[in-house]
Amino acid sequence: MFTYTLTLLPSMMKGLLTTLGVFFITLILSIPLGIIVSLGRLSKFKLLSKMVEFYIWVMRGTPLMLQIVFIFFGLPIVGITFDRFTAVIIAFVLNYAAYFGEIFRGGIESIDRGQYEAAKVLGLTPYKTFRRIILPQVFKMVIPSVGNEVITLVKDTSLTYIVGIGELLRAGRIASNRDVSLIPLALVGIIYLFLTAIVTGVFNKVEERYSYYE
Amino acid sequence: MILEVEGLNKSIGGKRILKDISFQMEQGDCLAIIGPSGAGKTTLLRCINNLEKCDSGTIKIDGSYLCKDNNGKSLYASSREMAAIRRKIGLVFQNYNLFPHMSVLENIIEAPIHVLGIPAKEAKDRALELLKLMGLEDKANYYPFQLSGGQKQRVAIARAWALNPKILCLDEPTSALDPELRGEVASIIEGLVEKEMNILIITHDMAFAQRVANKIIFMEDGQIKEAASKEEFFNSYQNSRIKRFVSL
Ligand SMILES: Nc1ncnc2c1ncn2[C@@H]1O[C@H](COP(=O)(O)OP(=O)(O)OP(=O)(O)O)[C@@H](O)[C@H]1O
Ligand SMILES: [Mg+2]
Repeated sequence: MFTYTLTLLPSMMKGLLTTLGVFFITLILSIPLGIIVSLGRLSKFKLLSKMVEFYIWVMRGTPLMLQIVFIFFGLPIVGITFDRFTAVIIAFVLNYAAYFGEIFRGGIESIDRGQYEAAKVLGLTPYKTFRRIILPQVFKMVIPSVGNEVITLVKDTSLTYIVGIGELLRAGRIASNRDVSLIPLALVGIIYLFLTAIVTGVFNKVEERYSYYE
Repeated sequence: MILEVEGLNKSIGGKRILKDISFQMEQGDCLAIIGPSGAGKTTLLRCINNLEKCDSGTIKIDGSYLCKDNNGKSLYASSREMAAIRRKIGLVFQNYNLFPHMSVLENIIEAPIHVLGIPAKEAKDRALELLKLMGLEDKANYYPFQLSGGQKQRVAIARAWALNPKILCLDEPTSALDPELRGEVASIIEGLVEKEMNILIITHDMAFAQRVANKIIFMEDGQIKEAASKEEFFNSYQNSRIKRFVSL
């Protein structure tokens, strides 16, 4: 059984790489976009704020699976075509930016008005105020919620299965079908457990690093 | 005149908070504004620091108009002029509003570096000098949450002072402090006055006002009821309302 597991590893690792690719690209794009979304949502321009609110409502109110299917299988019907990977990334980034946007909005709104006023009185520009005074405090505040969201993202990468990308779940499924064995699927489960454990560990470290102040 | 306020009016939510406020500060003044709770003292200070827009009236700081009355409406300076006027005036908030994620030193050098463009090394040296004057040289690397109220107060003063404003405003600097610390803050403010800083201070603390100020304004119900030199003010309470307030 041990040797059988070993024979599975190469295809699993290949699947894992794809999974990690989706994971990291989504993370790197959706967090900055999430900050922009939160600012749009909080904007004084009612139209912009309403549009962003609508976008968040759609993204959070429909399944991510549907969004992936819509972009990859649906849009070609009206002549917009993406390759599998791009379609998946677009869906993930749009979806996660909405969630992160709401998390950041909550963080920004909970910062005391006095912090803005102190920055203003000192002459800091609105950009520097946000970048140097508000955002660092928001980051500390949102670490736990962002951590939960990132763990969900680890598991959500398996949704890419639907478009036929060779990620982890697909690798396990193929091996399981071929060998009529449960072991590949169990192995996939174990790898996901590892990944979520790593993410949890990383976020605990980040939280520790931000605990130098209260 | 270092500060001229003329005919200032301000309403919030239909309620008149400031009614036709006029007063002046000369170079070298330490002006104390006293008065009962709700008199509008903080609101006045916020208007002078452009945290609140007044409806009508003029505010002139060291020769520049923050806002100028035009047929009963205040016209404000353009945002570029505003940045220059901003530098002439500093404010120490009643609850300090230090930046919690920055150390004491970082709190003080933030604006010198990122607003005035002073090199980091120079800003740091100056900040350490100020901390020494405040008796906080050993607290430079502390974070605000590690400080007592009196220490936060002094950091907030150092942070405002680091920008070398013409006028330093303080909102009830002693209200959160025990009597012993009040004396310390009073000494610090006396030190600032000696250094020719112009001070505008709100206080409930008569002994404190009597010690540091040279002019007193008594405010009540959004109006200035009395404005006089300290000696005049404390020697002759013609106004019985002030008498009652002062003897509190
Ligand atoms: N944002 C606001 N909205 C509504 N009313 C306000 C607002 N700010 C101040 N006021 C009202 O304006 C009046 C003056 O308030 P202000 O804080 O200036 O008084 P103060 O003299 O500083 O009082 P204290 O000594 O208690 O600090 C009060 O009646 C207060 O309720
Ligand atoms: Mg007040």
